[in-house]
Amino acid sequence: MAQSSFSGRPTVGEASGHRISRRSLLRGAAISAGAVTLPSLLAACGSGPSGDGKTVTLGSNASDAVPKTAFQSAFDAYQQQSGRTVKVNTVDHNTFQENINRYLQGSPDDVFMWFAGNRMQFFAEKGLLSDISDVWSGFKGFSDALKAQSTGHDGKQYFVPYYYYPWAVFHRKSLFQQHGYQPPKTFDQYTALARQMQKDGLTPIAFGDKDGWPAMGTFDYINLRANGYDFHASLMAGKESWTDPKVKHVFDLWRSLMPYHQKGANGRTWEEAGQSLQQRKTGMAVFGLPHPGTQFPEAEHADLDFFPFPEIDPAHGQDSVEAPIDGFLMSKKAKNKDAARNFLTYLATPAAEDSYLASDPNNVGVNSGASTAKYTELQKKSAVLVAGAQHISQYLDRDTRPDFASTVMIPALQTFINKPDDIDGLVNSIERQKKSIFAAAD
Amino acid sequence: MPQIITRRAGRRGPRRFSPRDLAVLGVLLGIPVLLEIGLVWGPTFASIGLSFTSWDGVGSIHWVGTRNYHDLFTNYPPFWRAARNNLLWLGFLGLIATPFGLLLAVLLDKNIRFSRFYQSTLYMPVVLSLAVVGFITQLVFSRDQGALNAVLANTDNPTDWLGDPSLNIWAILLAAAWRHTGYVMILFLAGLKSVDPALEEAAAIDGASEVQAFFRVVLPALRPVNVIVVVITVIEALRAFDIVYAVNHGRNGLELLSVLVTDNIIGEASRIGFGSAIAVVLLTISLGFIVTYLVQEMREERKP
Repeated sequence: MAQSSFSGRPTVGEASGHRISRRSLLRGAAISAGAVTLPSLLAACGSGPSGDGKTVTLGSNASDAVPKTAFQSAFDAYQQQSGRTVKVNTVDHNTFQENINRYLQGSPDDVFMWFAGNRMQFFAEKGLLSDISDVWSGFKGFSDALKAQSTGHDGKQYFVPYYYYPWAVFHRKSLFQQHGYQPPKTFDQYTALARQMQKDGLTPIAFGDKDGWPAMGTFDYINLRANGYDFHASLMAGKESWTDPKVKHVFDLWRSLMPYHQKGANGRTWEEAGQSLQQRKTGMAVFGLPHPGTQFPEAEHADLDFFPFPEIDPAHGQDSVEAPIDGFLMSKKAKNKDAARNFLTYLATPAAEDSYLASDPNNVGVNSGASTAKYTELQKKSAVLVAGAQHISQYLDRDTRPDFASTVMIPALQTFINKPDDIDGLVNSIERQKKSIFAAAD
Repeated sequence: MPQIITRRAGRRGPRRFSPRDLAVLGVLLGIPVLLEIGLVWGPTFASIGLSFTSWDGVGSIHWVGTRNYHDLFTNYPPFWRAARNNLLWLGFLGLIATPFGLLLAVLLDKNIRFSRFYQSTLYMPVVLSLAVVGFITQLVFSRDQGALNAVLANTDNPTDWLGDPSLNIWAILLAAAWRHTGYVMILFLAGLKSVDPALEEAAAIDGASEVQAFFRVVLPALRPVNVIVVVITVIEALRAFDIVYAVNHGRNGLELLSVLVTDNIIGEASRIGFGSAIAVVLLTISLGFIVTYLVQEMREERKP
């Protein structure tokens, strides 16, 4: 609107009519520059959400088509039920993550999507999140493990968990039937199965780590099974030494499995690894629930199955499940805190999860009251797996400092995949870098 | 006569600037200077300042002295790999891709048949962004699904062109050179067209062989183009980023200084001080080339 009353156009026409002198050109340029910047300035001032108590703004990183539609149906249900409006600002998934610091310090939306674990606790500690303990105490259907994942270091709740996806060892049912394989319970059985697959001409374990993060799943599981959840948590928090024999033991066990992994993992994406599973070239793979499905044609989804990562130390059995949780947070600078609380309370209900999961078969609702009627076989099995877990871990890059995960652990695991034999050199290097990064926090 | 006019014009010079002219001049010079300070020098000094601090982008900034540099040089394995790769990049483009582009330009300048066709074919990669070149690289070099391994038919134990950290940098350099060669070729081709054929003829009459004539006469005559090509080669080598980022985010043998800066600064809980220290190292390397270039240029200007 400002543009029409203050347009640069007449000046430009004038200049083209006469001989263009430098000054008139400059004047024209200055005015049209003003015409370009002024409306955007006005717009920036005018469009701030009004705190009318009726509108909640929501920052969404669900930029892919399937989750975007699924979320919208959940928000629509809320708008109908409450008479409030949810204004969704969707940003590309990776861009959202890369800009999160500036976003939260600038003018964030009232509510935004984020992850549980250290990645949430970090922002809570920095005072960028609103404490929602008061409404959290009224939430029903959340286990203690979920409460722990929603709680900051200060003991207050910040996070509304929404859904999760467990990690496990995925395989094709038909391939297992064809060769008469049984899902292994222990690490020895797992190794024996891998050896048998190799004899049968298969590559036992599909493996791709070009993107850097997929190998973390295997590391986490061997660590959780061999050393237990508590050690995992304190290792991720930087309290344990990476040169501890327990950590070396994890790498030793992993090295013993390396001959059964697909070679050249650092040059292979997880998608390509998933395709090899689909093509029956490989026997099994450590994946999260959404991953293998996307590489299988629709008709073959029913052939996909998983078993929990096998037991290593009987003291820990299979008591932990790696199940990254996604959910919602309220920013400290939220303009509409009451409406945001009301919205978060809705998002914590089974109904809110049901309307989301109706359109997204790759995740599982966190609320014990969420309906499992429409779940696929895999979703049902996933829900059982997580419900029986004593501990839920988030994933290496969500349980520890993001800078440590991305600048130290990704290169370190890729080095391990290239040269599995130099474990001492590897853990020494990780420990030295860890000390420097965790020291920087003080 | 002309001399007198110039002298008069010179004498009249100062009086031509009215106060208004001075104001306009002041604004015209002032705006670029302010922009230069605000957009170039400001961020540069801010980076240098930040490189002596520890800051995660949210909390307060702590002064840590030279600890970032100490960590960088002694305790960050990707750093030396990145520095080596940047130098390799420079060497490969400078010693192989650029001379090869020159050779192609000379050959195409001889008016051989289908010259236009070769020109456009060789120039085509230049219009592709490096991210697209990175994507094409994966189609060719991927271990399981790549074209190269399919052509070589080594399916039993295929070479892992992109995953083997001792090999992948060469595969990437080949792809980067593929693009760079075409760029350099077009620049030299344009330069060669403008060289007076009489120069070569004169050299031939004086008894110079074709090779001698090229290196002693034509190449020196191409000096302005040579300078541009050298500058472009250095810039390409130091700013290389997109192609490795498209392939594997610049990890596992494909580290580059520019990638390490991004890895450390972008995202949550960023190590902004540490990333700035890497940026300062990159700045120092760039300054080395810029200073050498400027010194050369000024020396040339001083010669009559």
